[in-house]
Amino acid sequence: MNGFKVTRVDKDDVTILYLAGFLDAHTVPDFEKALQEAINEKRYKIIVNFKDLDYISSAGLGVFMGFIEEVRANNGDIKLTDMSPRVFKVFDLLGFPALFEIYEREEQAMEKFLKPE
Amino acid sequence: MQKNKTKTYRIQISAATENLEIIRGFIQQVARKAGFNTEQIDQIKLAVDEACTNAIKHAYHFDASQMIDLKIQLCSDKIEIIITDYGPGFDPQNLSQPDLNKNVKKGKPGGLGIHLMKTLMDRVDFYIIPGKRTEVHLIKYRTSH
Repeated sequence: MNGFKVTRVDKDDVTILYLAGFLDAHTVPDFEKALQEAINEKRYKIIVNFKDLDYISSAGLGVFMGFIEEVRANNGDIKLTDMSPRVFKVFDLLGFPALFEIYEREEQAMEKFLKPE
Repeated sequence: MQKNKTKTYRIQISAATENLEIIRGFIQQVARKAGFNTEQIDQIKLAVDEACTNAIKHAYHFDASQMIDLKIQLCSDKIEIIITDYGPGFDPQNLSQPDLNKNVKKGKPGGLGIHLMKTLMDRVDFYIIPGKRTEVHLIKYRTSH
């Protein structure tokens, strides 16, 4: 068993990726593949839901950095939601809240995509 | 009477990313037995993960035939984990604070692991013999520093 799963759900022009298990240097390729597939289909409005993710290392955070420039260049974004306090701490330690929108709930991120300011 | 008794645990593990989960489990067990709290255990696990990932990625270029040495020393006042690889080494002086914005613009993630180790642990020391051996010492004191 891999210990990591990513499930994709498309709602209109927004793609939501649900992460489960742990995201480390071993499982990162699976997440990269899912993100790349969405981008290959020109789906640039992406929400990543962390509700069932127990653990993340810097390898996981690095994936976001690798894709965000291309996504934003195409008027999209990667918004992050439903992080446990333990997972949020890692993002916070590396200063990610300054660069990424992080929401408590998926619905908040969805609303931002539907009604951009 | 035994004063300052140190307990030592040592494992050798092949430099494969699939072993990171096993390493984290081992560290969790030892740190929990040593009486560290949940938050400290999370910090220690992540720091060790980062050090081992660096060894696998940068020292060994994902060559799983190579070995990483993990030594855990439990002292009365601290836990010290020494991660050793036998790769080419690097210059710790050359590392600067990772600039997220710069890394994003390069489309090239990196440099986060060591920064994270230093933030999570009380002390991080590097002992490097270029071309021979790199030791990363991760130290956390039982009381917060």
